[in-house]
Amino acid sequence: MAADQPTSAPDPTSRTRVVLAEAAARRSATDRTGIDLAEQTPVGEALVKGLVRAQLALALRLSLVVVAGLGTLPLLFVAAPAAGSFRVAGVPLPWLLLGLLSFPFLVGVGAAYVRWAERNEQDFAALIRRPER
Amino acid sequence: MNPYLGPGLIVVVLLTVAIGAYGLRFARTTSDFLVASRSVSPTWNAAAISGEYLSAASFLGVAGLILCYGVDMLWYPVGFAAGYLALLLFVAAPLRRSGAFTLPDFCEVRLRSRTLRRLATGFVLFIGCLYLLPQLQGAGLTFATITGGSYVWGALLVGVVVTANVAFGGMRAITFVQAFQYWLKLTALAVPMIFLILQWQSDGRPAATPPQGAVFPAATTVVIEQDAIINGNQPVKAGESLEFAAGDPVPRISTVDAGFGADWLLPSGDQELFATYSLILATFLGTMGLPHVLVRFYTNPDGASARRTTLVVLAMVGLFYLLPTLYGVLGRIYTPQLLMTGHTDAVVLLLPEAALGGGHLGRLLGALVAAGALAAFLSTSSGLLTSIAGVIFTDILRSGRSGSIREFRLATVLAAMVPTGFALYVSDMDVSKVVGLAFAVAASSFCPLLVLGIWWRGLTDAGAIAGIIAGGGASVAAVVITVLGPPLSGWVATFVEQPAAWTVPLAFLVMVGGSLLTSRRVPADVGATMLRLHAPESLRV
Repeated sequence: MAADQPTSAPDPTSRTRVVLAEAAARRSATDRTGIDLAEQTPVGEALVKGLVRAQLALALRLSLVVVAGLGTLPLLFVAAPAAGSFRVAGVPLPWLLLGLLSFPFLVGVGAAYVRWAERNEQDFAALIRRPER
Repeated sequence: MNPYLGPGLIVVVLLTVAIGAYGLRFARTTSDFLVASRSVSPTWNAAAISGEYLSAASFLGVAGLILCYGVDMLWYPVGFAAGYLALLLFVAAPLRRSGAFTLPDFCEVRLRSRTLRRLATGFVLFIGCLYLLPQLQGAGLTFATITGGSYVWGALLVGVVVTANVAFGGMRAITFVQAFQYWLKLTALAVPMIFLILQWQSDGRPAATPPQGAVFPAATTVVIEQDAIINGNQPVKAGESLEFAAGDPVPRISTVDAGFGADWLLPSGDQELFATYSLILATFLGTMGLPHVLVRFYTNPDGASARRTTLVVLAMVGLFYLLPTLYGVLGRIYTPQLLMTGHTDAVVLLLPEAALGGGHLGRLLGALVAAGALAAFLSTSSGLLTSIAGVIFTDILRSGRSGSIREFRLATVLAAMVPTGFALYVSDMDVSKVVGLAFAVAASSFCPLLVLGIWWRGLTDAGAIAGIIAGGGASVAAVVITVLGPPLSGWVATFVEQPAAWTVPLAFLVMVGGSLLTSRRVPADVGATMLRLHAPESLRV
């Protein structure tokens, strides 16, 4: 039993430049790439692989940022106990880093991901719509 | 007993039922019940996801753990929030685009295997019940702590309210209820905290770790519940009550394992490193495998909005987790007797009255916090119950998405019976520990399945089944031993009580290895599936 089919309505949040003169000229090219995608021709397959690779590289790079920023802290506190007892404005450094600063850090990484992942998708969409460029 | 308490709790239950009933006016079809017709706006959806996610473990347990063990426990809130970042990076948009409503659906969409689907159904039910049990227990224990009533009635009350609400309102009603409960929980911790910080300022900003050790802020009577030894030489009997004057040091008691000296402030040494990394892995990677979390993503209209919703959730959850830390630290100053009784989970409930006195302000804020705790039990158990019922409805009753609303209600009652029954008989399990184990099981079964399924073409059904059985099975075994088995010590205890650091890599390795060995079983339509998972909806042809 497959889940019900996804809606094909265009994403209302993504920007599309509409130029009337271009629309008619573009149609045949769009159809060609659309068929490549739908029928899994080598060209379509390569396009999708490129998108998946770009998105995965982005996600891995940002998780590396989190591993470096947060994941190394337990090791740091063991390797350099002085860092664990260092105080900033009366608050011990581990409390400040984990209790307060880690949350904006995580949100910042998430915001960067959303921005760049959407850019990757727009690049992909542009490639499909205008393969000649 | 606090006179504001009863009215406060009744208001929360009535509002929950009323908002559920309001939502019911819109819920007419089975699709409304299961997935809210996908017509929920991202802000509502994000508040609902956060409201559903912030359970009793977050509302009560985190502050209690910090009060007891100090800075190492901050990894719990950090991990609970970071789990949403992992979900955002690796799962959110592709999962929404897959069109899968539950984890078993995803198995079918991606790997076309009925066997894998059944296995996933089993794990969803196990994780769901494992997570629901401590919610109901926590409700019972809180009810007993603050009203002096019986544990069974508290657990039963929450069980019945939640079952009724899910059975009659379904997901559509639940979305409004959950969103309301996020804001209620945030308010219930934030408003008292403002007064608590003002009080702390006017008390001359006492230190959380005074040089002479924790001291009683006021005259306190502590009733001993178990035979124990105080300060290593003075035996006390159960039922004995001890009097302490203001300024007396808090004695060390043999039955409660808590940090007393200034090292409470410091991260622990290398002997805890494995446990810390295990906890980080379980919480960072476990969130994406919790059944009630994934269901929510289906209510987004498309992949891009699933991503934005997740980002808002990350911000909302992060904002909330700033507060339990402060409760834990101030609890050190104002409610040190909890270090003697061991009921550290009660610190959030007791702190307002302990710090602000038994006047109207302290009692009113105490009732507000208790109402927030009730919201925490109600919202998480509702979400869990909806997702367990959804899986029973589609996979066990086998009625498909077109089944009747009556069958969904039957599934809800079935789903509620097992954990409620267990909760009535098991009252002495540690709430935060069980929740942590549920994360570990999710991280070692569904996390590899989702991540490899979304990003790697080479995954096969045989590999996925082998990986889930190896990693998930090992973590389930660890759960059973921890919960039911004899107490362990040394390295074995660390390995079994915090299993994620070895079960998660094991699951990934077996899944990749098994898929490579059975590479001819890669589904023929994997290219089309990848296109569907990753291409923006506007390009659908």
